[in-house]
Amino acid sequence: MIDIENITKDYVMGEEVVRALRGVTLQIRRNEYIAIMGPSGSGKSTLMNMLGCLDTPSSGRYEFNGKNVAEMDDDELAAVRNREIGFVFQTFNLLPRATSLRNVELPLIYAGIESERREARATQVLADVGLGDRIHHKPNELSGGQRQRVAIARALVNGPSIILADEPTGNLDSKTGEEIMDLFEDLYQRGNTIILVTHERDIAVHARRTVHLRDGLIEMDHAGFIPELDLPVAR
Amino acid sequence: MKRFLYELSESWKIAAAQMRSNLTRSTLTALGVIIGIIAVTLMGTAVNGISIGFDKSMAVLGDDVLYVTQWPWKPVDDWWNYRDRKKIKTEYAETLNRMIAVTPNSNLVVAVPTSNLMRSIKYGGNQVDNVFVLGTTSDFIITSTIDCTAGRFFNELESRGGANVVVIGYDVADALFPAQSPIDKSVLINGQLFKVIGVNTRQGTFLGLFSWDSMVAMPLGAFNKYFSAKSESDVRVKVKDKTRLTDAKDELTGLMRRVRGLPPEKKDDFSINEQQAFKSTLDPVKNSIAIAGLFITGLSLFVGAIGIMNITFVSVKERTKEIGTRKALGARRRTILLQFLIESTALCLLGGFIGLVFAYLMCFGIGKAFPSFPIHFSLGLVLVSMIVSIITGLFSGFAPAWTASRLDPVTALRYE
Repeated sequence: MIDIENITKDYVMGEEVVRALRGVTLQIRRNEYIAIMGPSGSGKSTLMNMLGCLDTPSSGRYEFNGKNVAEMDDDELAAVRNREIGFVFQTFNLLPRATSLRNVELPLIYAGIESERREARATQVLADVGLGDRIHHKPNELSGGQRQRVAIARALVNGPSIILADEPTGNLDSKTGEEIMDLFEDLYQRGNTIILVTHERDIAVHARRTVHLRDGLIEMDHAGFIPELDLPVAR
Repeated sequence: MKRFLYELSESWKIAAAQMRSNLTRSTLTALGVIIGIIAVTLMGTAVNGISIGFDKSMAVLGDDVLYVTQWPWKPVDDWWNYRDRKKIKTEYAETLNRMIAVTPNSNLVVAVPTSNLMRSIKYGGNQVDNVFVLGTTSDFIITSTIDCTAGRFFNELESRGGANVVVIGYDVADALFPAQSPIDKSVLINGQLFKVIGVNTRQGTFLGLFSWDSMVAMPLGAFNKYFSAKSESDVRVKVKDKTRLTDAKDELTGLMRRVRGLPPEKKDDFSINEQQAFKSTLDPVKNSIAIAGLFITGLSLFVGAIGIMNITFVSVKERTKEIGTRKALGARRRTILLQFLIESTALCLLGGFIGLVFAYLMCFGIGKAFPSFPIHFSLGLVLVSMIVSIITGLFSGFAPAWTASRLDPVTALRYE
């Protein structure tokens, strides 16, 4: 489904050129549960931005469902993000003045779905993540875990090919974090493809495949989570 | 298209929520637009009023009447060429009427002589000074828009006989007969008694322009008997078809040359005027008042627009992360552009609406305080000011909205 071949990304920072990715090759198939790990500065965030079609690579090939993402313009990328990718952010990024329902409806608006179907679909997805009774609450009336559930519902609402979660438990206490990870596990069991970007081994341990990045390159890519291997990197 | 509509309604909701949550800020910003719209609307109303007033005063002249006069109705640089012209005599009217009668397919209907001067008029203890006294024939009503609220205009018999009867203007009647009907009362003009047989319908005065309200009309025979000495005379000629005014004017010129006995090589020694000529000298005045007024008040609206622009820039900065999130969720550039344009437009529309309400109340107050000023608050003005508000919103919102739509999603998401 995702086919990345030898992509690089260079940033110009002042006089200096920062080579955030130096040639990453990666394939992700449908219904995988992957953790992308690495210390800060490893290129983890840059890779996530590439995978999420928020940014395009400087060189290399990126095919998403057979379409070449590297050559898309802004609006085409927006359409791919809207339909194919569900983002879950560390800081939830909900619209503060909108209810859960309206937050979850947002991607459907951008997809051009009519109002009744929008509301029905958003209500359904909110119920699926266990917030059926919170649809008219605003984010400031919800706990952190509930907010992240709203964000997950928003990521799921358009039926995306992948769910891209960037440190989804980073702003939550460990108990709530575990509940969120249980929700991801549940989503995975129901056939979703999940990419977790994290530096916490407790989180990465839930994934079925682990990719380690270091200095803009893939250091290791293996199935499951091997404590002896993954511990030092995760730190 | 559908998607555009959903985005549009979403943007309106967001704009409303945004205004509510930043109430103080929105109010203060909108205040600039409110003041601007009040200024522009009031100025528009005033300009409108001036224009209507001019037209109303001009209507007295009639758009199908030609005026034969010594001096043309326009500013002249070579006044010496006109000064020595022979005066227009009231007898010309009779001669012209005879000529019109024998001309087949004449474009002219009837010629009416008028003489006038200023006199005082008295009844009992009441006196009105500087009343415009007009001597004319009973045909005058054919050439004029004049109407009587009470009584009637003098008839042909009174006209020919030079009877001592007068038709008085509304203001004159009001001043001389504050509590009774003037009909059949005798007023004193120049030591002579005249019987009042009619009162004109009120016309209203504007900027001291001529109005029937302060005049008195009497048969020319009576006029000549008592005041012929220093009067001004001219002849007005009613035209059959006002769409063929030029033909009528040519015909009248020919007739007048015959009346005056001018040989072909001599220039006209009279002027023929119509309402249009008068209008064309007044229009530039009217227009420059309008342009200057609207420009100056437009500046205040411009200042308001800059306020909106400023606040929209602040809003874009504050909500950088939100913009990033929206982009991550699939908002395209034009979605973001639209959203901020609508926010600034909503603010301007709100300001425009409030400004319009205030302007309406002020107009109402001014209308009550100065009834003579023809203030006119029209639907067109409402429409125009709403459109101006929208344009102001789009204008002031465009730069910030453009900035927002161009934000890189990665940078925007990372913004704290």
